[in-house]
Amino acid sequence: MKNLRGLLAGVAIAASLVMTGAVQAQEPVKGGTLVIGTTQKPRHLNPAVQSGVATAVPGTQIFATPLRFDAEWQPQPFLAESWEVADDGKSITLHLREGATFHDGKPITSKDVAFSVKTVKENHPFKTMFAPVTSVDTPDDNTAVINFDAPHPAALLAMSSALLPILPEHVYGDGQDPKSHPANSKTVGSGPFKLVEYKPGEHIILEKNPDYFLEGKPHLDRIIIKNYKDVTSMVLAADKGEIDMLPFLTSTRDLERLKKNDSLEVTNQGYAAVGPINWLAFNTKNEVLKDPKVRQAIAYAIDRNFIVNALHSGFSTPVTGPVVSGSPFSAPDVNAYDVDLDKANAMLDEAGHPRGGDGTRFKLSLDYIPGFAEMQKTVAEYLRPQLKKVGIDVELRASPDFPTWAKRVSGHDFDMSMDIVFNWGDPVIGVHRTYLCSNIREGVIWSNTQSYCNEEVDTLLSQAGTETDQAKRADLYRAAQAKIVDDAPLVFLNELPYHTIYNKKIGNAPVTIWGPMAPMDEVYKSE
Amino acid sequence: MLIWTVLRRLIYSIILVVAVLVLNFLLIHLAPGDPADVIAGEMGGATEEVMASIRKAYGLDQPLYVQLWVYLKNAAGGDLGQSFFYNAPVLDLILSRVGATLLLVFTALGFAIVAGTALGVIASRKPTGIVSNLVTVLSVIGYSAPIFWTGIMLIIVFASLIPLFPISNMYDVTKDVGPVGYVFDVAHHLVLPAFTLGIVYLAQYSRLTRASMLEVLGSDYIRTARAKGVSERKVYGRHALRNAVLPIITIAGLQFGGIVSGAVLVETVFNWPGLGTLAFDSILARDYPTILGILFFSAVIVIIANLITDLLYRVADPRIRMAK
Repeated sequence: MKNLRGLLAGVAIAASLVMTGAVQAQEPVKGGTLVIGTTQKPRHLNPAVQSGVATAVPGTQIFATPLRFDAEWQPQPFLAESWEVADDGKSITLHLREGATFHDGKPITSKDVAFSVKTVKENHPFKTMFAPVTSVDTPDDNTAVINFDAPHPAALLAMSSALLPILPEHVYGDGQDPKSHPANSKTVGSGPFKLVEYKPGEHIILEKNPDYFLEGKPHLDRIIIKNYKDVTSMVLAADKGEIDMLPFLTSTRDLERLKKNDSLEVTNQGYAAVGPINWLAFNTKNEVLKDPKVRQAIAYAIDRNFIVNALHSGFSTPVTGPVVSGSPFSAPDVNAYDVDLDKANAMLDEAGHPRGGDGTRFKLSLDYIPGFAEMQKTVAEYLRPQLKKVGIDVELRASPDFPTWAKRVSGHDFDMSMDIVFNWGDPVIGVHRTYLCSNIREGVIWSNTQSYCNEEVDTLLSQAGTETDQAKRADLYRAAQAKIVDDAPLVFLNELPYHTIYNKKIGNAPVTIWGPMAPMDEVYKSE
Repeated sequence: MLIWTVLRRLIYSIILVVAVLVLNFLLIHLAPGDPADVIAGEMGGATEEVMASIRKAYGLDQPLYVQLWVYLKNAAGGDLGQSFFYNAPVLDLILSRVGATLLLVFTALGFAIVAGTALGVIASRKPTGIVSNLVTVLSVIGYSAPIFWTGIMLIIVFASLIPLFPISNMYDVTKDVGPVGYVFDVAHHLVLPAFTLGIVYLAQYSRLTRASMLEVLGSDYIRTARAKGVSERKVYGRHALRNAVLPIITIAGLQFGGIVSGAVLVETVFNWPGLGTLAFDSILARDYPTILGILFFSAVIVIIANLITDLLYRVADPRIRMAK
C-alpha cells in the first residue's frame, strides 16, 4: 500500500514537473557548485537545538534524519530504511540502514538516535514534537523503538527535515550544554554534505560527503550558502547570475523582476510544510476586543482579496483558517468573512459601540513586526483607513526592531498586532500553540499571545493530536478550526508568498513539502 | 617631557575606556527587548523553560549591577565574554573582523587624503577657475549626500547598470583564485566601499587644502621664495603644501572616530565583513557582549589613532618637534 502511494506520488511529481517545464528529462549531472543566496544569519548549524530557516537550510544538508517527506506528504525512508508504527500508536520502531556512518567515519547506531531524541526533546523550542516520548529502546545497533505515553501521529513528521537531526553521541554527548556546544558550529553529521567552512554572517561552504549512505548521491560537489546584507542586493546578484538558488523570497517587486529573467525559474512549490501565515491578532483580554462580535466585525471589515491582489500583486494566497491550504489538515469550508462593511457596522452597533460625534466608535493600537514591510507594515497601513470606515480609529505602533515588538506582544502589551506564524508541518508542532488555553504564557513569543481560550477547541485539538486514523484526525482538525474561526481570536489574511528562484541549469530543485529545508542530494547543475 | 605627556595621555585613555564601557553597558541594557527572544529562534517560539534556561546560561537572570561588575572584571582580564548570538568568544569574532574594517578605513582615508589634497592644490592654483569651481561643487555633493545613499547609488550604477564591480562582500567565495588572485579580488571588491567612505572626507580635505593653500600662498615667506627665484613647483610642493597640510593631519586624526562610524554604514550597505556589519547584526539581535566588545575595541582604535596623529604632527612640523 505504501509502495503504491509512493508510486502515485512519484507519478504526480513527475507529471507536475513536466507540465511546468521546470526540468528537462535528463540524467543528473555530476559535480558542480550550487550557490545559494540568503539574508538570514544562523546562530549555528545544529537544528537539534535551534529552530528557524537560517539553521535549517544548511542543517538539513549536514545532518540526516530518520525519515524524509515527499511532495505529497508521504514519509519516505532516509536513515531509517523502514519503520513500523505499533497498532496502539504508542511506539514507532525504526530500522536503520546498515553501514551508515557520520562524517568522521564512526558508525551510526540506534544509541545515536536515542541520544538525538533526548537532546531535541530537552532543548528544541518545539516542545510538543517529542513531549509524549517516554523512552527510546535500542534492542540492537540498527533498531530504535521510540515509546510514547499516548499515540503521537505527529512523530513521523517530527522525524524529518530539520526537526530530528541524528547527532553523533560521541561528539555531543560529552556533558556540555548542547545549546552552546562548540560542535554546533563545527558540525559532524551524516547528511549528503559536510561542513568545510562557516564564517558567521558571510558564508557557509559545504562539500560532498563521499561516504554518504545513499549510493551515487549527492550529485553536487559543493554547496555555498552566501550571505547578502539585504534582499535588494541579493536579488541583483540573482539577476546577474551570481547565485544559482534563492529560497524563501517573498518581496513581490523582486519576484516580478526576477520572473522576467529568462535564465531563472520562479516557483512557490516547497513551502507546504512551513505553512507561513500572515495574520491580524487580537488581544482578547482587551476591554473592547474581548467581545467576539467586535472581532468578527473587524474580520468582516477587511478585504483579504485587496491585500492579496493589490498589496501583494497576486503573489500571496488568501488564508481563511489556522492550517494552510497545502496541508492535509486544512479546513477550506470555514467562514471566510468575505468583506461586508454594512454587516461589520451593524455588528459593532449591536455590540454596543455606537459611533461618536466624529464618527469614531473606539480606538485601538496596531503593532507589526518591523522588517517585513510588505507583509506587515503595508498591511497595517491599509488596515488603518479600512477600519476607519467602520468607525474604528487605529493607531499604528512601530517597533524599531524585532526584540522590541516581541517584548510588547509576548508581554500581552498590545491591542492588535500583525504577526507571522508558521504551521511547521504537523498541527501539533506549529498550530496548537496558538490556541491552547494552557499555552497562554506571558513572555513567550508565538505562544497563545492572544490569550484565547475555548475548552471545546482544546478538547478537539488534544483528540486530534492523538488520533492515529488520518481521516478522523483531519475531521477533528476541521471541527476545531471551524470553532476557532467563529471565535475570531485572529483574522487570517494570507500565506506568505515564499518562492524559490533558481537558475534553469539546476535540476531537481527542492520542491518537497520541506523545500529547501531538506537534503539537496538529488539536486544537480548542468553546465 | 615627552614621556610624561604620553603617560598622562595613557592614564586619561584608560579612564576614558572604562567610562565608555560603563556608559555603553547601561545604554544597551536600557533598550527594550530580550536577547532570549532572538536566541529562541527566528519564527520558532519557545517555552518558559527554554527561555529561562537561555537567560540563566548567559547570566541574564542576574541583577544589572552584578552583570556590569562581572563584565568589567572579565574585560580587565582580556575576556570580552561569549557572543549570545554567534555562540563564540567575542574577542575571536572581533579579531576575525577587525582586519576588514581597518583595510576599508585606511584605504578610504588614504584615498581621501591623497586625492583631496591633490584636488585642493590644483584648485588653489586658480581659485576662480573651472577646476576650482568643480572641486567646490563636488565637495558640496560629497559632503552633503548621506553615505548610505552614495553607496546604494554607486551599486546601482557601477554594479548593476554597468557591472564593473561586485555588488557586495569582500571577496568571491565561489571562485578559487589562489593567493594572488585573492588580493586582486579583494581590491576589486574594495573599490566601491572605499570610494563611498572616502568621498565624504575627500570633499572636506579638498576644501580645506584649497583654503589653507590660498592662505599660505598669500604669506610673506612665499613671496620671498618667489622673489628668490624658487621654481613654482618647489614653491607649491615644498614651501606651501608642507604648511598647508598641517590642518589636514589634525582634522584626519580628529575625524578618525567619525570614519570608523561611517564604516559601519558603508559595511552594512556593501556587506563588508568587518566590525560594522557585526555591530549592526549584534544590535538587532541584542547581543550585548558583542556590541560592548565592538564599542570597546573601536574606542581603543580611536584613542590609538589620536596618539598617532600627535606623533605625525611632529613629523610634519619641525617647530613642534623642536619646541620644549
